Amino acid sequence: MPRINSPTELEKLREEIKLKREPGKPCITISSGTCGHARGSEEVIAAFEKEIKSQGLEEEIDIKITGCLGFCQREPIVLIHPEEICYLEVKPEDAAEIVQSVKEKKIIERLLYTDPKTGEKIKHDSDIPFYKSQQRNILGSNKWIDSRSIEDYLYIGGYSALSKALSQMTPDQVLEEIKKANLRGRGGGGFPTGRKWEETKNAPGEPKYVIVNCDEGDPGAYMDRSLMEGNPHSVIEGLIIGAYAIGSHEGFVYVRQEYPLAVENLNIALKQAEEYGFLGENILNSGFDFRIKVHRGAGAFVSGESSALMTAIEGKVGEPRMKYVHMSQRGYKEKPSCLNNVETWATVPFIINKGSDWFNSIGTEGSKGTKIFSLVGKVNNTGLVEVPMGMTLRQIIYDIGGGIPKGRKFKGVQTGGPSGGIIPEQYLDTPIDFDELTQIGSMMGSGGMIVMDEDTCMVDMARYFINFCCEESCGKCIPCREGLRMLLEILTDVCEGKGKEEELQTLEDIAEVMKDASLCALGTTAANPVLTTLRYFRDEYEAHIKDKRCPAKVCKNLITYYIDPEKCQACMICLRNCPTGAIQGGKNLVHWIEQDKCIKCGICYQVCPERFNAVEKLSGEPVPAPVPGREVTRKKE
Amino acid sequence: MIGISGIVSKIADKYQRDRDMLIQILLDVQSGLGWLPKEVLTEVSKQLGVPLTRVYQVATYYKAFSLAPRGRHLVRICMGTACQVRGSPLIRDRVQLLLGIAPGETAPDMKYTLETVNCLGCCAMGPMVEIDGVAHGPLTVSNVGEILEKYK
Repeated sequence: MPRINSPTELEKLREEIKLKREPGKPCITISSGTCGHARGSEEVIAAFEKEIKSQGLEEEIDIKITGCLGFCQREPIVLIHPEEICYLEVKPEDAAEIVQSVKEKKIIERLLYTDPKTGEKIKHDSDIPFYKSQQRNILGSNKWIDSRSIEDYLYIGGYSALSKALSQMTPDQVLEEIKKANLRGRGGGGFPTGRKWEETKNAPGEPKYVIVNCDEGDPGAYMDRSLMEGNPHSVIEGLIIGAYAIGSHEGFVYVRQEYPLAVENLNIALKQAEEYGFLGENILNSGFDFRIKVHRGAGAFVSGESSALMTAIEGKVGEPRMKYVHMSQRGYKEKPSCLNNVETWATVPFIINKGSDWFNSIGTEGSKGTKIFSLVGKVNNTGLVEVPMGMTLRQIIYDIGGGIPKGRKFKGVQTGGPSGGIIPEQYLDTPIDFDELTQIGSMMGSGGMIVMDEDTCMVDMARYFINFCCEESCGKCIPCREGLRMLLEILTDVCEGKGKEEELQTLEDIAEVMKDASLCALGTTAANPVLTTLRYFRDEYEAHIKDKRCPAKVCKNLITYYIDPEKCQACMICLRNCPTGAIQGGKNLVHWIEQDKCIKCGICYQVCPERFNAVEKLSGEPVPAPVPGREVTRKKE
Repeated sequence: MIGISGIVSKIADKYQRDRDMLIQILLDVQSGLGWLPKEVLTEVSKQLGVPLTRVYQVATYYKAFSLAPRGRHLVRICMGTACQVRGSPLIRDRVQLLLGIAPGETAPDMKYTLETVNCLGCCAMGPMVEIDGVAHGPLTVSNVGEILEKYK
């Protein structure tokens, strides 16, 4: 590929690409990000390729492999262009039928989405309730582009923002536009991006650096992975524009090694961008030079913290430092450095192309634009959701997410990762933005949204997060290192039924100290899950302590498995599956659990056929004595 | 036959022997060998001119590095929040029981290494496990055994 040397040449190439394409030509698009892979998208792709080849249709039907389309619950997703027919959970054996239907311009009803409320079959993805209320500005491109094809990105207008910035705007004008857009950092804190850029730009010292944070460590959040896998050029384009505004000539992308596909696609994209002349010397004849290096993170949650990340890029142990001097003043190698999250960088080209007014027209007073959330946990439609700031939790969880599975009751939603909090039902109608979430004790974080139902124990969740942070704390400062251990000890006691009432106060005291005295954000926010659960779910703590009862029936020490003799049909399934031989009884004899042998692994509970539902969990109540040798009462059909 | 020094040298060259690339170099060496033997760390220290203490500091700080040999199959149980609320602790206990090793351990016959990982970003299929880089899910305490069986 010849290098593109000017904005005119770029537009000429774009025209050439458009001319080559036939908009009416059938194209089978298969989503194949990491969640697609996990659900067998590669086999589906192979089946389509084989089918098209065997029918000799290579010239008539195109195949496109894209990144994640967001509706992860129903992957692999196949879209048929140009009609935009959407098939869900496609299996390799469906390939032949789909190819046939594309040829005959027919629709396969059974693979369409069925509206659970009306039973209606929905043809187009944009009409599916999951997608309908979303505004997929940043993520939306994923469905149009093969994540490894720069031509696809150019076809949908890629690098036009870069070209505009370099040829029609001065660095100051670019900066001004981002400032006017009121873009706030998507990685957690919500710091105004424009201000960060300006501080870096004005800081004394050269060279200056720009960095992409793709060390998405928040468990339950994966939007950065999806962007980096599905549309890496959008992140690269944003970064180059930022570098131009700030006056930086060297950039880094720090990406988790747990995301191998993201690393791979990013490297391919960088190579292409260099070949096409979007990276390197004299980009688009503007006189601006810029290069990007990739660093893989080696698995340390705290390395996602800005100061820690910069030391990790220096090849050292990624420990944070005090931030009385901002990274924008002294960051990587003590030089002014600007670090933004993947989603933030990917938003930049949109703002440059469409203008700050457009961006300001979306969202709330204090938080503009759209935000990507990963809607996961106990929710029907798990996936990545992009909505305007200000949408309520209820809209996201119920309208887009389709509510809680199996008719269970909603209990709380956790936002902000281990630094955030668990929000109870009474706040479901809160419009979500940076400030509202902080006000109710949680935070935006990177956009993880983990839904919990009545089967989730809040004390156990608090313990889970504290344990997480305890393992991830670098140990440099005492409040975080020791505070977390103390919290964990107390919470473990509570979960095991050994908690004391006065210790709840101790939890709050420790949390307070950690908040005031820890070195970095990991420590200052680590106690949030404890504080919010104490604030909103104190009754659960009290039930564990006073009644030795786990209301959600999760905490192992406080529950007992029990087989209801009235319901047991002596089917032998649990008896055969029990790893310790704790289940007694036999053919035609009601099964019962020998409690001394039971290790509470939960297998009997899971394998008991749904139509019997004989295995129960008890907590805080006496276990009825078993009646060995009792004959089974057959259920009448 | 390329010895340890040859392997390290080749990878160090790829990164122009840049000391900032220490983590990247260790990651690459490990992806070839499966773990980081003492000789590798010494060799990296020598070739990059980085003190051995710092190489050790880095190799022990980051979770991705293993200073002990790993088994033929790497079983990584996701303990992310989404998997957690869908019951990953029960899965972890079950796998632990089935393999007879705790997270962080390798079976004496070198067949399996068991690890837990914070989030693999496949939250829709939680609870899930990744074996040799391939994701499996959603798991139940009863189907996880069959999945492990496939890895001999």
